[in-house]
Parts: sequence; C-alpha cells; structure tokens
Amino acid sequence: MQTATRGPNLAQQAKDRVGTSAPRIDGVPKVLGSFAYGSDLWTEGMLFGATVRSPHPSARIRSIDTSAALALEGVRSVLTAQDLPAKRTYGLEFADQPVLAWDVVRYAGEPVAIVAADHPEQARLAAAAVRVDYQPLPAVTDMEAALRPDAPQVSELGNVLRHVHIVHGDPAAQADVWVEGYYEVGMQDQAPLGPEAGLAIPAADGGVDLYVSTQWLHVDRAQIAPCLGLPEEKVRLYCAGVGGAFGSREDLHMQIHACLLALATGRPVKMSYGREESFYGHVHRHPARIWARTGARRDGTLVNAQVRLVIDGGAYTSSSPAVILNASTFAAGPYEVPNALIDGTAVYTNNPPCGAMRGFGAVQVCFAYEGQMDKLAAALGMDPVELRVRNALHTGSVLPTGQVIRGSAPVREVIERCAALPMPPEVPPDDRDPVTLPGGAGNVGRGEHVRRGVGFALGYKNIAYSEGFDDSCEAEVRLERGARGPLATIHTAAVEVGQGLHTVLAQIARTELGVEDVVVVQPDTRVGSAGSTSASRQTVMAGGAVAAACATIRERLLERGAARAAETGTRWEGGLRLAEGRVLAGEAPVGEIAEFLDPPLEAREVFRHRQTTPLDEHGQGDPHVMFAFGAQRAVVEVDEDLGLARVVQLAAVQDVGRAMNPRGVEGQIEGGSAQGLGLALFEEVRLREGRIENASFTDYLVPTILDMPPVVSDVVEEPEPGAPFGAKGVGEGATIVATAAIVAALRNATGRELNRVPVTPDDLVGLVPPRTTGGPPPVPDVPGPRPVYEYRHHT
Amino acid sequence: MLVRVNVNGEWREADVWPGASLLSMLRDELGLRGTKNACEQGECGSCSVWLDGELVCSCLVLAAQADGRHVETVESLASEGGLHPVQQAFLDAGAVQCGFCTPGLVVAASDLLRREPEPPDEVIREALSGNLCRCTGYQKILDAVHLASGRMRDGAV
Repeated sequence: MQTATRGPNLAQQAKDRVGTSAPRIDGVPKVLGSFAYGSDLWTEGMLFGATVRSPHPSARIRSIDTSAALALEGVRSVLTAQDLPAKRTYGLEFADQPVLAWDVVRYAGEPVAIVAADHPEQARLAAAAVRVDYQPLPAVTDMEAALRPDAPQVSELGNVLRHVHIVHGDPAAQADVWVEGYYEVGMQDQAPLGPEAGLAIPAADGGVDLYVSTQWLHVDRAQIAPCLGLPEEKVRLYCAGVGGAFGSREDLHMQIHACLLALATGRPVKMSYGREESFYGHVHRHPARIWARTGARRDGTLVNAQVRLVIDGGAYTSSSPAVILNASTFAAGPYEVPNALIDGTAVYTNNPPCGAMRGFGAVQVCFAYEGQMDKLAAALGMDPVELRVRNALHTGSVLPTGQVIRGSAPVREVIERCAALPMPPEVPPDDRDPVTLPGGAGNVGRGEHVRRGVGFALGYKNIAYSEGFDDSCEAEVRLERGARGPLATIHTAAVEVGQGLHTVLAQIARTELGVEDVVVVQPDTRVGSAGSTSASRQTVMAGGAVAAACATIRERLLERGAARAAETGTRWEGGLRLAEGRVLAGEAPVGEIAEFLDPPLEAREVFRHRQTTPLDEHGQGDPHVMFAFGAQRAVVEVDEDLGLARVVQLAAVQDVGRAMNPRGVEGQIEGGSAQGLGLALFEEVRLREGRIENASFTDYLVPTILDMPPVVSDVVEEPEPGAPFGAKGVGEGATIVATAAIVAALRNATGRELNRVPVTPDDLVGLVPPRTTGGPPPVPDVPGPRPVYEYRHHT
Repeated sequence: MLVRVNVNGEWREADVWPGASLLSMLRDELGLRGTKNACEQGECGSCSVWLDGELVCSCLVLAAQADGRHVETVESLASEGGLHPVQQAFLDAGAVQCGFCTPGLVVAASDLLRREPEPPDEVIREALSGNLCRCTGYQKILDAVHLASGRMRDGAV
C-alpha cells in the first residue's frame, strides 16, 4: 500500500482554478448594490458618532467646554481626552498618536472630542457646539525647516523620525559621466470611494463587537483594546465590506472612537466619515524631496549612485519608519550599482500624518531614479531603454544593502517586452473627436499646437514585510459534504479590499482540493492574524496559508482514500491523487471526494515567508523577502498653448511570478496605472500652513474615464521560489512606474525639466521654472539605523 | 417633513428633516443602500439614480424636491429573470473591484444605453465622466459597456 504524501496536487480539472480568470466571488452582490460596506451598516437603536477636529496645525488646548453640545437635542455622549479609560495613544509601529488630543494638538484635523447622538445631523451640530479654547503655537510645516536646529519640536523625540544610511562599495568611486537632479513629489491621497466607516456594538460581557472597513483586523485590535482598557478577547472585530483602501485603512480612523462611544452609552454607535473628513481622517502618501547624483562609465554602465532624500511624515509616526526604509533601499533603482551612498530621512512636521499608500516609498524614488536614468541617457547619447537593459538587476545581483537577489528577477525581459508593445497610431487632430484632444473634454482646444512625447520607466518594490518582521498569515479550511458535492470553506482574517484576493483564495482551494464549491468567510478576529492587506503580500501570504491548509486536508483525504482502497482490495501503482472530484489510486477510482467527508476534514495552517534581517549601521543586511518589477511606456500629448496634457496610451509589463487570475492582474495594472497617472498630472493634497485646502472631490482631482487612456499590458511569469504557485504580489507595480513614465513622456514632448509631481499646466508651458534647491540638508545627527523612538523611548 | 416618493414602482413615505437629500432619504429612511455616498458634492456619481427618468446625483437633490415624483435606483435593475445586461456585463468584463462605484456606474451606463444603444468609446467616456472609479482604471468599464451594448442589440440577454 502506498501512503498519501504531500506533494503537488494533480486535481487540475476543477473549474475556475488557479491561472484562470475566475469570476469574482463577491461580484453579484456588488453589481446589485446589496454588498454591505462599512457605511451601509445598520442596526436598530444605533447612535451616530461625529468627531471634533483641531483647526490648528499646532496649538495648546486651554480648555474644552462640552456643555452646549450636551444640552442639544438627541445628544447622548460627548467625550474628550479626560474621559479616556486607559491607554491614551495608539500607532502602527509606535503608539504616539493620541486617541483624543490633550494638552496640545500637532496637526490640523487632529481629533479633540467625539460625540454620539440619535441622528447624524444632531451629531454634526453637537460636534460644532463643542467649544475648544486653543492657544496657537508656532508650527513647522516644511520638511527641511523641520531639520533646522531652531525648528519647533513636533515630537518629544525631536523632529527626526528615522534616518537610514546606506553605504555600498566605495562611495568615492569615480565615474566618466555624472548627472545631477533634484525631484519633488507632492502629497497624494488614496481617495478610496468608500469612506472610513464602522459600527461598534457593546456586548453583554462588557466587551465590544466592531464591524469596520479596515486592512488588518488584528493590528487594529491590538491598538484598540489597550485604549478601551479591555483584554483583546473582549474586542471582537468583523470586517465590513471595504470600498477600496490603497493604504488608507492601515492606520486606525474611527475604530477606537466608535467603541468608546458605544461603551459610554451602552448603545450601538455608527461612525461614517464624509469626504472632507476622510481627507483628515487617514494618512497620505509622503511628500518627498530627493537629491541625486548618478555616475556612469562612457559605455553606460552605472558606477555610483548618491542619493539624499527627505520625506514628510507629518505629526505622528504611522508607518513612516517602513516607508523611509523602502524609499532608501530602492533609491538607486532596479539597477546594478557597485557603489552607492544613500541617506534617507523621515521627519515629523505639523502636517497631517503620512503613512501607507500603494507603492509605499517606492513611488517617490522611482520618479527620481528614472529621471536620473533619462538624464544619463541624454548625456551619453544612448537610447533610454538600452541604458536600462544594460544595467538591469537580475537573479544574483547585489543591491545597495548588500542583499543578494535570490528569487526571480526577470528585469531585462520586463523592459524588452514593454518596449516592444504596439504603439498607438498617430491621428491628426483634425480627424479626431475633440474629446480626445488635451483639454478637449472642456472644449477649449482644437489641437493646433499639440506635441506628442514618449517616456519609459522601470521600477521595483518588495513584496510583504521587511527588516526581520515576523510576517505570517493563518488560514482555516474545512471540507465537508455540501448540497451539490464537496464544499470547501475558507476562513482567514485576510481582508478583501477590492483587488480580488478572496476570489484567488477560492481558486487555490479549487485547485488544491479539486472541488468546485468554495465559500470564503468574511474576515474576523475569530481566526489568527492574516497580517495586513498591503505590501502586495496577501496572494503570497494568505494564498500560502490556504494552500497549506488545503494540502493538509488533501493529505488526510488521501489517507482515507488509501484506507478504503486497502479495505476493498484495490491494487494500484503510483500514488493516490484527486481528479475530477474523485480519489484515484493510480488510475483506479476509489470513490467520490464527498464519500470521504464523514466526518468533515478541517485544517489550520500558518504561512510564513523566509526570515529577513534589519539593516546594520552601514545600511547593510537582507531586509526584503522578494521583489517585483514593472515597466511602463507612456505616450502623451501636450497642448503647448493650453499647458494641458493627455495620456494617449500606457503600455505596461509586470513581473508577477504567476498570474493567478489574469483578468484580475490586468485590473491591478490598469487601476494602479490610473493612480500613477493621477500623481503625475493632478493629484495633490494641497497644504497651506498645515491645513488641507482641497479636501473634496471638487478640488482634489481623481482621474476620470476621460483622463485614462487605454492600457496595453502583459505579464512575465517567472515563478518565485517559496511563494505559492510561484506568484508574486501584483498590487503596486503599476502605480510605482506610471508616474515616472508619464513625466518622462511629458519631458519628451515639451523639452522641459519637470522635476515635480504633479506636473501643472504652468510647468508645462514654462510659467513656473523647475524647482530649485540649495542642496540637501545636512545629514541629521541621530542614532541609527532603527527609528529614533527605539533609542529614546521604550513604550 | 413628510415626503412621498415613488421608488422603484412603489409609493414610499418618509419623515425627513428639511435639509435631507434624496440620497439620505433612500439610504437612511428607506433602507435602499445600494445607492452609495462617496462625496455628497455631485462629483463622483456613486449616488446616481433616475428622477422621473432623468439621471441625477441623488446627493444634489433634496428629498423634498422628489416629493410626488418617480425615482428608480440600482435596486430596480435586476429582475426575477436575473441580472440586468449591464450588471452581467460588469461581472463578465471584470469591471468590478471594490464595487463601491459599481451601482452608480451600472445606473449611468444603463442610462447611456437607453439613450444610445451602440455608443462609441468617446461617447461612453463623456457619458461616464461623472462617475469616479478608484480601482479599475476604467478600461474594463469601457469593455463592459460595449459588451452590454452588443448583447442587448443581439437580444442575447
């Protein structure tokens, strides 16, 4: 008799398996309008919460008078910092953010008080009636000014949040040709359409059940419970439908506030932000300033990269330590550079906090290093694509951190396939629908002075968490007899944010178990942590956990099959396997899968990727697990009279390891490109003295269907060792490169330097010169390489 | 104030505060939460409904203005026979990701196809330019409208 062994599954026949464009498992309720997002939650007798926020970027709170608010009709509770029952601060990596501000406020929009009332309008009026007496204090709202010795100190730790210093090879190495550049990136908003929202329900055991749109249930709970003074088991989280995330839901928003109000009133409390509050209620993409010197030999071989970058973390830590690590480690680009000196600094300012957004530090540096590559190509008289191919990373390459790329890195193929994608036809302006001209939708242009430009960009990013983080995901899978045959139920805490993760998990179960019917339970904290749906990590992490749990179930199923075969005297050669819904011993059928599911089979597995290491004081280590690469070519048209640009086509190739769901991958490439296009052309949270000036979709422009060109895309599938099915994450690649590619095309069309994104009409017609700088600020004198709070604070 | 609106063929009443929008009445008073609230400024189209057959952002219409009038929401599209061809096409083309914009886009796309059964790309782009989608990059939404158009023409659904 053979024993069932763990190995590759041969149950290839299942419909909608891995590698197919299986339909979304949540698609039907979403097109019907019956899918319940956080803002759709409803229960009898619930109250509505509202938040009082600071109008000042820096101020002392002299007093708060809640009496007028409490006297209003329908108001049930008004809470300030003095009502906080336990821990008063929270944070993803360092708990420095007040649940409600006391003593001082450090950014405009910081929560100061919360209210609950019978009706949302009553709550809004009550919030407006809370009287806070502020004494404005000097604010620092410029990231370089924050590094000056006389700057107001935002944090008790000083204004340097983290400094990453990377020395690679000989930073004094000489080159034949040097190019210099200075680059600025504005603050981008994730702008998910679904607002921050959730419903907290007080429970009979003194705890609370929280239904919320989030990205990481367990780290939410780990931050919420201490602030409520409750043990974690009394804080139960259930994921509501998530209307897009893009990083904006990594940090807490209304979670603790709704729970506090629910516990204070003994009533369910719903909080749902409007669009304006959403801009204040979540973190943004870090604005960045980057100074780069790049040296090469005459033949185009890169010799030396010198990069200094500063990013604005805003008033609290959020995920800035990881963002500056990413930005610094990727600052030399996806190229072999034998010598490098990279200094990256994240600072505190009195601006709204910045944290996770799709691309997570890789976007900002890509704009800079790709600008440098184009400058270098021009200086050398080389084709920009050829220059990139010549220097492209590959498996075995050494990165500036000393990390050796062990996994897949088909960079040359990504570049070459992207460059070979078909170009769009050039249609003369007279022969076109005016809507296809720059500014055409506004009927302002006739295309008399339209110039076409083409740009190319390459970028890369890590998948999953870095720097030694113990990154894991747990999955429970149950296989039982269902109404139509075997039914697999998948339970993880891995959040579906719209990218299609739950569909991919179902595809994995179908493939591994050879079943058709799969249910994916909405994530909650009844199962172990999944980690965040971010860092392009869940296909690998949750996918790995589900695959492992399915493998365990398959093993037990085959054991049952082997026992049956032995009982019935079946003789066979080779192993047992699953095929077409049956257990086979060799070629001999043993029985239908459903016959072996009494009792049902259950398995729980935890997936971990290989361990990484932190950087040492020279920025050397093995910080990242795996890498994904992407290239884009942009074709743009610029109307030189109007300063208006239109992207004609984006051609994208992404390194995905394995396309688990090809149509889903296309969707990530197309949607990710749209966000990159937004940053290139108009998306910016505009700040004046720390206050957001454009907190609405009227003033913060998100690309519309008129702005987005056709995206021609392809993937390179070179399996990643150690990842389930060889798949890499696909969520961020397109966002990283689209901005750089589009700006390269704009430069090509206009001949202008364009060193800041978003590029404005004034930039395009030369009314505003390129941004200048007096050179990078001095490297700060702080302990490193870890975040400063780890040296100066131990909470 | 008491407002009476014919919603999806049925007269419904709600007691709303005078400043309440039609969106708020649909979602908060009548429990029709398929119509989404994402900006409350008429910029994103997530709250698209028909008011007396005309496509509107329900966040920009006072509930009181809808008194005595007919409103159709996304909930009116599917029938016992199944999904509306536009809904089915959104699924088949991969035009749904987070789905928050989907009800508004399904309504706006259906409105377009009522008026213009075989719209070219440029017409689709203009017609849907008031509907923001943050996930898809719109390519597959364009595909979905063409797919629905073809199927409705051929009577395939």
